[in-house]
Amino acid sequence: MSAAIPITFFRYTPVTRAESRPRYFTPGVWVVAAFAAIGAVAWIYRMLFGLGAATNLNNAYPWGIWIGIDVATGVALAAGGFTTAFLAHILHREQYHPLVRPALLTAMLGYTFVALGVMTDLGRFWAMWHVMLPTMWQPNSVLFEVAICVMCYLSVLYIEFLPAVCERFVGRVNLPGPARVLNRHVDRALRFADATLGRFMTIFIILGIMLSCMHQSSLGTLMVITEGKLNAFWHTPALPALFLLSAFAVGYPMVIFESIIAHRSFGLRGESDLLSRLARFIPFTLGVYFTAKITDLAVRGQLPHLLDRGTYSRLLLSELLVGVVFPFIIFASRPLRSRTAWLFVGSACVIAGVVLNRLNVFLFAYSPLDRSAVYSPSLSEVAVTIGAVAMTVLIYRGIAINLPVIEQLEPPHAPHRASVPREVSVAIQNPVTSMPPTAHVEWCGPSVTATATTQTWSYT
Amino acid sequence: MNASQPQNATHETGACRCASRREFVRRVAVLTALTVGGVALGSERSGASKRLNDDRMAVLVDLKRCVGCRRCEWACAGANGNSHGPIEECDDQSVFSTRRNPSTDRFCVVNRSVGHGADAKPVYAKMQCMHCEHPPCVSACLVGAMRKDPSGPVTYDASKCIGCRYCLVACPFERLTYEYNSRFTPRVRKCEFCRHRTQRGQVPACVEVCPVEALQYGRRDDLLKLAHRRIADHAGEYVDHVYGETEGGGTSWLYLSPRPFEELAEVGLPALSSHSPAERSEHIQHTIFKWFAAPIGVATLLATLNWFTRKGSHS
Repeated sequence: MSAAIPITFFRYTPVTRAESRPRYFTPGVWVVAAFAAIGAVAWIYRMLFGLGAATNLNNAYPWGIWIGIDVATGVALAAGGFTTAFLAHILHREQYHPLVRPALLTAMLGYTFVALGVMTDLGRFWAMWHVMLPTMWQPNSVLFEVAICVMCYLSVLYIEFLPAVCERFVGRVNLPGPARVLNRHVDRALRFADATLGRFMTIFIILGIMLSCMHQSSLGTLMVITEGKLNAFWHTPALPALFLLSAFAVGYPMVIFESIIAHRSFGLRGESDLLSRLARFIPFTLGVYFTAKITDLAVRGQLPHLLDRGTYSRLLLSELLVGVVFPFIIFASRPLRSRTAWLFVGSACVIAGVVLNRLNVFLFAYSPLDRSAVYSPSLSEVAVTIGAVAMTVLIYRGIAINLPVIEQLEPPHAPHRASVPREVSVAIQNPVTSMPPTAHVEWCGPSVTATATTQTWSYT
Repeated sequence: MNASQPQNATHETGACRCASRREFVRRVAVLTALTVGGVALGSERSGASKRLNDDRMAVLVDLKRCVGCRRCEWACAGANGNSHGPIEECDDQSVFSTRRNPSTDRFCVVNRSVGHGADAKPVYAKMQCMHCEHPPCVSACLVGAMRKDPSGPVTYDASKCIGCRYCLVACPFERLTYEYNSRFTPRVRKCEFCRHRTQRGQVPACVEVCPVEALQYGRRDDLLKLAHRRIADHAGEYVDHVYGETEGGGTSWLYLSPRPFEELAEVGLPALSSHSPAERSEHIQHTIFKWFAAPIGVATLLATLNWFTRKGSHS
């Protein structure tokens, strides 16, 4: 299997370039940074003064927006990573390669903040490592499965993103200050990763998709145990299947949504042709999810109540109409999906639908036995949740500007690894025998022009 | 099925003394396969009645006898080191005006259900951890901090807990409480069935203090028989149902009531189906991950797709 993997796996091939390197800070970014800063303050407050001081959680509502939004919704919206990797690397649809790295980056950052969100919500966050202790494992627990899977998948995501780091920094490691004594070692490590990862990347891709399927579905199983508290519209033994199918459905819309925002934000011309080609798949994923959802409601005899449950009916109907039916029409229509504005609206709707679904299952449709109990998120909870999103955006932007992630965005140091002549890259495939580090740095130097050798590395 | 396998094992090992080496190896292989298979099948069976002690203990609450004196609340607080005032505080009947729930410093509370009709007598119901037979909190806990003792109690071990509060989400009776106001070391707080007392041969504090013998501590099997006999002996005075016999898969706290239990949901006796909510989620979980088949199947499918769509496979 590994023999079939090209060494250029995941490699970034510039097609067009931005006029100049985009500035990191724009007025919009300052606003996002302000939200991130407020979130950080609220987070520190929670860490110092505890859940009671920072949240409105209580015994009847033990889980609030940190689990409902940061964790459950965060995981669902990071589904772009594995769905795009499936298309480009499992099915070898090479034309979608430009979408893979942005999607992987989002997934990587998304899951990082999912992990941080879990930590923030844990009453005894300092005991988090217990989950890794086999003596404490409790395999009947659905949460155990989710925790182990998310940890493994986060590691896989970091590995999957490593090629971008290698591309940018091999031969250019330049750590600041006294850390520069490590330059050589970091460089060696990166070269080693660069030379070995390609052979195993398919395995990591498969592992990543498998782990995603496992915990995306288990996140649904998590709420099966709330029988009697979760409204009958949403409480079903089919929750794992519905969660998995809706994760499949939200993957590509998320990629489209981000691509449009990122390209607009960086002043790039966008990839609308590619995106509308990707959008062709969405009616299928949405259709499968919708069929499953309606079948589940019908089998459990919930369809007759579709209109007579007040708020719950409105929540379910908006989830289905805004999140599934409306975007289905948009993406099924060729003229609509060929226009960026409609692509944006359609994908935003799918995302909103999945967000609402996760919120319904974890918060809105969860009614405790104690009818007098109320929960509305505190200011700190809202600040931390918004701050996490803001922080994700900021880090995404920083990495997108500095690492080869978005194809149309030129990395700052002109010729990146794509410009290294073949002979040298052959040499670094075999780091043990013949690695000429100094010579390689020379090769990577700014005197080599990128355009001349770009074709060597492209997929065409 | 599981019980029969160890017997098989001893029998087979004995027989192989006179067999050839090849036969021995073959039998060992078969036995290993059987054992591994058995363990795998056994581990998928959830904790339901698997390892519960036949002599496990329970408490029978007779709601017809309870007068709402709240001495049990007071004794409970004392036995568990929770703050409480003098015993006279129990006579304060004003607390019945609203529904109270167990809290971090009060593991059991008594609520009053007024009832409908002119001559309806109020029913007082004590609520605390029900110590389920197949507890969802135990099933939910990912680090095994919640544990079902084979002798009845559901206990909590703070030294394992990471504070995820999934147990609170899972509890179908909503009896668990959490020390949100502890900054760094919050614990789940709940009735532990006075384990520290029962281990010394004493009965739970609430049972001991009850002046009207509304609470009885004993073997669950005995109490169930007693409850059904009491229903039969006092025809018409009790509803013909022992709450907790099957609710949520069965609980260690059993209730007899003069009023239909449907009217008592508000004072902490919700209508629940006869299976534990944990049964279903464990069933789903272990079906998906049986032999790890589904994940391996997904990985195999992906590898196959990857192979057949690779570059050059069409030419």
